[in-house]
Amino acid sequence: MSSKSNVIALKSILYKEINRFMRIWVQTLVPPAITISLYFVIFGELIGSRIGQMGGFDYMSFIVPGLIMMSVITNSYSNVASSFFSAKWQRNVEEMLVAPVPNWVIVAGYVGGGMARGILVGAIVTLVSLLFVDIQIHNIWVIVVTVSLTSATFALGGLINAIFAGSFDDISIIPTFILTPLTYLGGVFYSITLLPDFWQGVSQINPIVYMVNAFRYGFLGISDVSLTLSFLVLGAFILTLFAIAMTLITKGIGLRS
Amino acid sequence: MDNALEISGLKKVYKGGFTALKGIDLTVKQGDFFALLGPNGAGKSTTIGVITSLVNKSAGKVKVFGHDIDQELEKAKSFLGLVPQEFNFNQFETLLTILVNQAGYYGVERPLAFKRAEKYLKQLDLWEKRNDSGRMLSGGMKRRLMIARALMHEPQMLILDEPTAGVDIELRRSMWEFLRELNEQGITIILTTHYLEEAEMLCRNIAIIDSGVIVEDTDMKSLLSKLDQETIVFDIDKIAQAPKINEFTSRLIDDHTLEVDVKKSQLINHIFSQLSEQHINVHSMRNKSNRLEELFVSLVGSGQKVNQESK
Repeated sequence: MSSKSNVIALKSILYKEINRFMRIWVQTLVPPAITISLYFVIFGELIGSRIGQMGGFDYMSFIVPGLIMMSVITNSYSNVASSFFSAKWQRNVEEMLVAPVPNWVIVAGYVGGGMARGILVGAIVTLVSLLFVDIQIHNIWVIVVTVSLTSATFALGGLINAIFAGSFDDISIIPTFILTPLTYLGGVFYSITLLPDFWQGVSQINPIVYMVNAFRYGFLGISDVSLTLSFLVLGAFILTLFAIAMTLITKGIGLRS
Repeated sequence: MDNALEISGLKKVYKGGFTALKGIDLTVKQGDFFALLGPNGAGKSTTIGVITSLVNKSAGKVKVFGHDIDQELEKAKSFLGLVPQEFNFNQFETLLTILVNQAGYYGVERPLAFKRAEKYLKQLDLWEKRNDSGRMLSGGMKRRLMIARALMHEPQMLILDEPTAGVDIELRRSMWEFLRELNEQGITIILTTHYLEEAEMLCRNIAIIDSGVIVEDTDMKSLLSKLDQETIVFDIDKIAQAPKINEFTSRLIDDHTLEVDVKKSQLINHIFSQLSEQHINVHSMRNKSNRLEELFVSLVGSGQKVNQESK
């Protein structure tokens, strides 16, 4: 197909994906706002007030970037995982497979849809945060780049999960047993410098540490890890996951007999 | 370029070792209305799957309008429209969304896609349902929606896998008319169906596949001319004993129904004259089964023998 046709096909997939999560907004956009409010009430108001300062900021301000990032990660991942698996299950993924849509357009379309939901939910959660705390912005571009790269990383992860998934249970296993633990251990609620040396070392292999810290740097100007290293890690993850997703779709794993 | 589809030496072995296609060759001319028939599990849907890239082939070549699917897959796909056997649209999207998005996958701009969606939904009597979700449609409406979807990019070849399965007679006939009109406009149509009457009425050329082997590939007239015997059913006056009809094999099914086997070389007049001589009135007559059905049964039977011998 010509590049113009590819752009139209990409826009069609994006339209379909955004339309899907907007159509069921009560299931996709409202729950993160409620969850984040509970986090603020429990960890911010009740427990946070007893913790005092962390990294030179009051605890509520310290956890805001991590909580926003947690919502972005969860939503960009689950959007693609459930949408692509549902398309496989209903077999409407065949609409794209029989059409002259290049595989990279399919990947980009679904990842774009996941990013759109992740970023939109991130924006909603940020607005909810304003009810509890004054948010300061240290570097808007770091925030924009980090949230974009993070949502792309986890949207790709959700796509790979959906390609392998054989049932709806399979798309909840990774979020439950891998994503949630990594997120909670990724420095959302604490600075990893508080950990013993051994666990600080272990945290270095958790990619979410880099995402949360880069994001926190954008808001507060503080980070437990180097910003350059964070972007390098994010870039490496995106390239690797994109290559895996492309290989799987090209080979037709889980899609073609 | 005369051929819409060229298949040579096509093989498909599924995981687990089941061989669905054993090296088939098939050619469909541009503008043809072509029937691909076969019993369940014969390899029809696998063949269609390979052509449309939903099934990875094990060996062989497939060319769509001269474009090899191994080298120019996207180009080959752009010529094809597929109406699959099973409903495979998003049940939660509206008809308009389904059609407009599908056109987008082929690079059709949204304003043009909306115009085409209106055209095909109106032609297929679905326009009133355009804002309903797919799951609200009846079975016949879902079939028509899939035809509309396959036409959104105005393909040069339309492949329909059992398009009238579960559709009532009236609707089936209107779909036949619609498909005929499409074919008259120059669209090559490949049809698989269990309704052999449908294939006989619509298609000019036919291939019969059985156990992954093409057992017949010819034009419909030549195929039907191979039928050397038909069974005619006569509705007659009530009689107690089977009448004697010289030179014909006959059976009295019940006291009103007589079946007579008629060879190609024999004249039905002779049956009438002999029945008249015995004062038996004939009220009506009909073929016991569709002519193609009789051939199909005999060909598929021989195909099974061929396969058993080759094992």
